[in-house]
Amino acid sequence: MGAIWAVAQTEKGEPKVVSFETIAGAQKLAAALGASLEAVVLGAGVGGAAEKVAARRVDRVRVIDDPKLDPYAPDAYAAALHQAVEAEKPDYVLFPHTYQVRDWVPRLAATLDAGFISDVVDLRADGGEPVFVRQPYQGKLNADCAFTGTGPRLVSFQAGAFLSDDAAKGDSAAEIVAQGVDLSAVEIRTEVLETFQEVENKVDLSRADVIVAVGRGIGKQENLGIVEELAAALGGQLAASRPVCDNEWLPMDRQIGSSGQTVAPRLYMAIGISGAIQHLVGMKNSGTIVAVNKDANAPIFSVADYGIVGDLFEIVPALTAKVKETRGA
Amino acid sequence: MKIVVCIKQVPERDARLRIAADGKSVDTAGVATEINESDQYALEAGLRLAEKVGGEVVVLLLGPDAAEEAIRRALAMGAARAIHLNDAAFQGGDATSTAKALAAAARQESPDLVLTGLQSDDAGWSQTGVIVAELLGWPSATLIMEIEQPEGGRIKVKRELEAGWFQWITLPLPAVLTIQSGIYPVRYATLKGIMGAKKKEMKKMGPADVGVDGGLVGTAGRKVELKRLYVPEKTVAAEILPGDAATAAASLVERLQKQAKVL
Repeated sequence: MGAIWAVAQTEKGEPKVVSFETIAGAQKLAAALGASLEAVVLGAGVGGAAEKVAARRVDRVRVIDDPKLDPYAPDAYAAALHQAVEAEKPDYVLFPHTYQVRDWVPRLAATLDAGFISDVVDLRADGGEPVFVRQPYQGKLNADCAFTGTGPRLVSFQAGAFLSDDAAKGDSAAEIVAQGVDLSAVEIRTEVLETFQEVENKVDLSRADVIVAVGRGIGKQENLGIVEELAAALGGQLAASRPVCDNEWLPMDRQIGSSGQTVAPRLYMAIGISGAIQHLVGMKNSGTIVAVNKDANAPIFSVADYGIVGDLFEIVPALTAKVKETRGA
Repeated sequence: MKIVVCIKQVPERDARLRIAADGKSVDTAGVATEINESDQYALEAGLRLAEKVGGEVVVLLLGPDAAEEAIRRALAMGAARAIHLNDAAFQGGDATSTAKALAAAARQESPDLVLTGLQSDDAGWSQTGVIVAELLGWPSATLIMEIEQPEGGRIKVKRELEAGWFQWITLPLPAVLTIQSGIYPVRYATLKGIMGAKKKEMKKMGPADVGVDGGLVGTAGRKVELKRLYVPEKTVAAEILPGDAATAAASLVERLQKQAKVL
């Protein structure tokens, strides 16, 4: 059979941590299938990154180094990997499910006419044909997916699906080979004008001891008062999940999650937050987690220590009253 | 300017989902639906741009008869007309075979811009829009948070990158943009809009109508198969505190004080 490729994502010449997570997942798949494992590093001036990747247990590291690959552009990335896949014919090409991967790998899937199972959280190879586990419907359900037909198979792993520490180190550094591509005919249609960080976060939630976060369950902006009162009673900061900020009920600098701040307070209360993965990655390392939600099956209860299932409009005022009573005593 | 906005009908966020008898799909009977969240934002972005520079928004949806409800809503919000890819051959697709159908329909419209949400709230592939771009031979940009008026055949957009970073980029038209939730507040359909929507064109089309081989779309064209859909096992279960609001609140505060020692 063909090899399994793990494609690393680099940033400023360094492999991103998620690249090692992808290698950990690729090691699991390679072991199950008895296939060889090769890492692929692409970019411009990524020799240093390739050496770091070569320290992990992989059979080979292929480096696609071309000035056209910096700055990142989907046209160039898709063309470069397309050429490499056509030349070497790997069976599987694995990626981290990053924003960048979502920007260019579907394009690669289209040019290769390949299947692409994205945002995978686990894999199994029960007797040959591998099964990739995804979490559709906002993480409410699990789906076992498999490839049909022939051709290269593309997979992306959700951040945290595999641990970067689990990407075993090799006994000696893997061989690094240059993978030649010709990008001279590739037209890069997107032009980067400016890359920047939005105004510095005015509220640094990462330093908060207690956070009370509110989600879509609050229904409308006018209802926020009861949650503010609870936060005040606890001496904590008010925060929110993405939909609340998208609706402009609270400013963006209060947002917790993959596109907001990452926090780990001593106490985190999630009010009316179902717990989509994008939110969980921003708060799951909190000390004690409390969830209040009307849906007993909400994913937030799988990371919470304590939960109350019911109407937040009854529970939150009751909680505020009890906290005030206790603290006043 | 002609803008095609691809939307999808999905179960409402809070909907209780039951697995259908085939063990591979959700039983949609009695499940309330809505337009996929980021597609609502894509529609809003399309309507704003068309209002600013002049032109029309055409809604494109692939789905069964029941998805007409989502189309009506989009028309009520202000889209000029709709194309409904509604044929048994289109059903059961993966991102690739769905994108082939959407791209074929979009190509016939020769729009300046195709917009769609960054991912669906049900399948969540986050692939379809970009595959459509490649099939059309157009450039694309994803996770768009702002769109400026086109100038000299190029459009300037703000992309969201990871960890609080953003990027302004330009790309030539025609192009495909996938829209991030939150780009602009989504308008409500007015009563006038709802009444007006009833008179707007909603064209039902099959594979032959859009010039795509039925073997490339839907189940026949998919490269990824869903083997089993199931409710995940809970790994860490929270201690659920019973009783009415006051009782549960009291038990919680006691535990936070005495067990967790955080109060």
